[in-house]
Amino acid sequence: MSIARNQGTLTRSIAAHAALLTWTVIALFPVFVIVINSVKSRRVIFADPLALPTAETFDLVGYQTVLAQGDFLLYFTNSMIVTMASLFFVLLFGAMAAFALSEYRFRGNLLMGLYLALGIMIPIRLGTVAILQMMVATGLVNTRTALVLVYTAQGLPLAIFILSEFMRNVSSDLKNAGRIDGLSEYTIFFRLVLPLVRPAMATVAVFTLIPIWNDLWFPLILAPGESVKTITLGSQVFIGQFVTNWNAVLAALSLAIVPVLVLYLIFSRHLIRGITAGAVK
Amino acid sequence: MAAGRPVRWHIAVFLAPAVLVYTTIMIIPLFGTLNLSLFTFDAAGQRVFAGLANFRTLFGDPRWSDAFWNALGNNAWFFLVHMLVQNPIGIALAALLSSPRLRMAAFYRTAIFIPTILSFVIVGFVWKLILSPIWGIAPDMLDAVGLKALFAPWLGKEEYALTTLALISVWQFVGIPMMLIYAAMLSIPDEVIEAAEMDGVTAWSQFWKIKLPLILPSIGIISILTFVGNFNAFDLIYVSQGALAGPNFATDILGTFLYRTFFGFQLQLGDPHMGATIATAMFGIILVGVSVYLFAIQTRLRRYQF
Amino acid sequence: MKRTIQFALLSSTMLAGAATAQTTLTIESWRNDDLQIWQQTIIPAFEAAHPDIKVVFSPSAPAEYNAVLNSKLDAGSAGDLITCRPFDASLELFNKGSLADLTDLPAMANFSDVAKSAWQTDDGSATFCVPMASVIHGFIYNKTAFEELGLTPPKTVDEFYSVLDAIKADGNYIPMAMGTADQWEAATMAYQNIGPTYWKGEEGRRALIAGEQKLTEEGWVEPFRQLARWKDYLGDGFEAQTYPDSQNLFTLGRAAIYPAGSWEIGVFTPQIDGAFEMGAFAPPVAAEGDTCYISDHTDIALGLNAASPNAEAARTFLEWTGSPEFATLYANALPGFFSLNSTPVEMTDPLAQDFVSWRSSCEPTIRSTYQILSRGTPNLENETWNASANVIRGTETPEAAAERLQSGLASWYEPQK
Repeated sequence: MSIARNQGTLTRSIAAHAALLTWTVIALFPVFVIVINSVKSRRVIFADPLALPTAETFDLVGYQTVLAQGDFLLYFTNSMIVTMASLFFVLLFGAMAAFALSEYRFRGNLLMGLYLALGIMIPIRLGTVAILQMMVATGLVNTRTALVLVYTAQGLPLAIFILSEFMRNVSSDLKNAGRIDGLSEYTIFFRLVLPLVRPAMATVAVFTLIPIWNDLWFPLILAPGESVKTITLGSQVFIGQFVTNWNAVLAALSLAIVPVLVLYLIFSRHLIRGITAGAVK
Repeated sequence: MAAGRPVRWHIAVFLAPAVLVYTTIMIIPLFGTLNLSLFTFDAAGQRVFAGLANFRTLFGDPRWSDAFWNALGNNAWFFLVHMLVQNPIGIALAALLSSPRLRMAAFYRTAIFIPTILSFVIVGFVWKLILSPIWGIAPDMLDAVGLKALFAPWLGKEEYALTTLALISVWQFVGIPMMLIYAAMLSIPDEVIEAAEMDGVTAWSQFWKIKLPLILPSIGIISILTFVGNFNAFDLIYVSQGALAGPNFATDILGTFLYRTFFGFQLQLGDPHMGATIATAMFGIILVGVSVYLFAIQTRLRRYQF
Repeated sequence: MKRTIQFALLSSTMLAGAATAQTTLTIESWRNDDLQIWQQTIIPAFEAAHPDIKVVFSPSAPAEYNAVLNSKLDAGSAGDLITCRPFDASLELFNKGSLADLTDLPAMANFSDVAKSAWQTDDGSATFCVPMASVIHGFIYNKTAFEELGLTPPKTVDEFYSVLDAIKADGNYIPMAMGTADQWEAATMAYQNIGPTYWKGEEGRRALIAGEQKLTEEGWVEPFRQLARWKDYLGDGFEAQTYPDSQNLFTLGRAAIYPAGSWEIGVFTPQIDGAFEMGAFAPPVAAEGDTCYISDHTDIALGLNAASPNAEAARTFLEWTGSPEFATLYANALPGFFSLNSTPVEMTDPLAQDFVSWRSSCEPTIRSTYQILSRGTPNLENETWNASANVIRGTETPEAAAERLQSGLASWYEPQK
């Protein structure tokens, strides 16, 4: 490699780092603002919102107010159970349906694909009253099951849409080889195809997880009870309750950010592994 | 299909769970609601069939149609800002991230995606705080670089509010196109890039001449997801500007218009019939957009795929 | 039959957590600010007297309350006791059969007809919620700042503006803490606060409902002209200033005057925490000696879910809600929410006493848009939010705003056609 070429690479890589770093700062700045202000005393929040907390201005009063009033560990567990269960069903059912649509030619295939995509186009919130009636009739109000059912239904259309795009690209040689070896269609799906679409599954997982974790509407309507409250609903109650007490609001917001951040960091490792696994050719 | 071929039960087994859950929990309630657009209350408060009368009101009565066209226009602008700002930035970031031998790529990728995982409540609150003319993070920062004069209470001005919110939304969701494009770029075979490097093609023209055509199908998916997401958007406007989408309805989009009408707001009682009418109109708009994508654009894009 | 099963299932879910022979009542409310007060003061007082009844206060955010409540009522999963918004929102629920008729509740005798008017059918034949409290509008000011600048609280409109000019000239304080970002402040704390003085309270309000006055008449346009003048006294960037921003500006001692509703007393007192002293003055009048008018708005009541399986226990609770004991407890726990009970209530908060003293010196009325006039489309209350904010921002003239409101109202309201 020539020297000139090396220099060019160096300049390029500095420019790339500069651009990426700029956007990273833009992306993280608001989170930083919330977190530093949540540990400052009230007057300093307003007087100098950008200042780092010092020994004098450090104040945990917001956290004390919030933690004294809600069982954040319980809310977190509820959110975790609901999100994980919904995610599992969305991925399993979604991948199965996407496989059927992309793998087999059968009458009504296109129609079925369109039917399953309808759900992307209407906000499920519109069906609230009918959904609530259904949950009341089956005694599922104030249970986590109700939320899991709704989120599974809500996540399926997009999951099927994305996964079937990816599954069309899975080489058919492999599947045909499997068929010649006498593998059942189920084995082909679970053993051969699923591992190959792992990057797509990771993508769908992240897209499905975020709206479920952050949803406020269905927990409010279907499961407002204290024992099944999700963390998003729990922190929203605090925001409403202390609308002028910014110490408490900022503390509640920070507490709402941390769990989803941890969850994302765990997933993001899988996401990266998934994407790179798919990229190995 | 050859006659006498055995029934392929596995297709039904693969489809059944998804179709079952989706139909019961989503489709039946939703169509129950859309169906309401054909009904109205008579003078005695009984629900009666009204045919297309609600649609005539929505499009014919200026009290409704002005609000509808205003919301649709705002929504179109909201979408345009995403297409012109969010997706190009997302693609650029993905292109930078996928350049070989880049250190700290994982860190950047993780950090840039973080806004996407935040709830609207947090996003609305923090941006209102940053842009606040009173507590002043934005004014102070502009002041520090001598541009104080550029500051305006953006969220409170009719001419800026919608664009400001669209940019906040871009900030939040740019991680999605970035991730999808990034995955698409990684799946470009190394041989293709290596061959180009052998031929002395610069990185710049590598991107335009080789990578971009190969990721077009992914850009197509992103565009349609952006379209559907933007025309269903609601939460950000609602948490930052309220259901009346101020100032003077400058930030009113179809989602907020629908919410106000369907569920009511303050003294305004919910009107399930007109609400369902608006929802049906929205559904129609999105259906047309998606069909255009599926039948016109996607089929054309497929030809470039390997 | 189906409904019975639903209720059986519903009550079983609700009873699941409770002790064996107890009845559990759930209260639906938008007052999430008051959660602690209900949990620590009001409910224990009731449960002490009725050990067989357990009460759960289950509030949702004010902005979502109507949507959430209506969905729950339609599906049959709402709580036993429903906090009632005044006028049409609750009347609609009663007409749909979601709220039970409480006319025969003995405690109703403790309330005047005016107090009950917000929760009655138009002809007054049926009452469906037990009135809890009203709120009064006026101005809260920073007494310490006023003393520092040598100012006295204004009585007339001219004095009002000269006080504002003096604060502005001094430059240490923002004269008035209000923004237009949330819109409702402009309508509620400004238009409905000073308006009754110009439309002569009940007289103008009733004439508007009867179709004898129009919103384009002097008494209804003049308040908008006043609002247009306020613009100069609000803080920089008030267009993007939210309600919590305004509250914080005042409680941090940065603004001198706060156009208020009395409910702020309970919020402000602990936040200011003795940093300065607060005072209050009533909406100013045109000339010294004129009759003053105040908005003493019936705001909150409690009703019974017609589908409640625990109607008997719920009625016991409602009966207690109508008692002088509850009135004293509530008015003192939440200073600024004034009891509607006919029995006078002793209040300890001095600022709350100031506000309530105007009841004897001024003519009280309720907010002009609430009764009957916000039944159609376009909704007069929501339009008033928008118009008031536009007028303060200077993007619509007072006359144009009034014209728009009148034509909107006339488009569906018979007496105004």
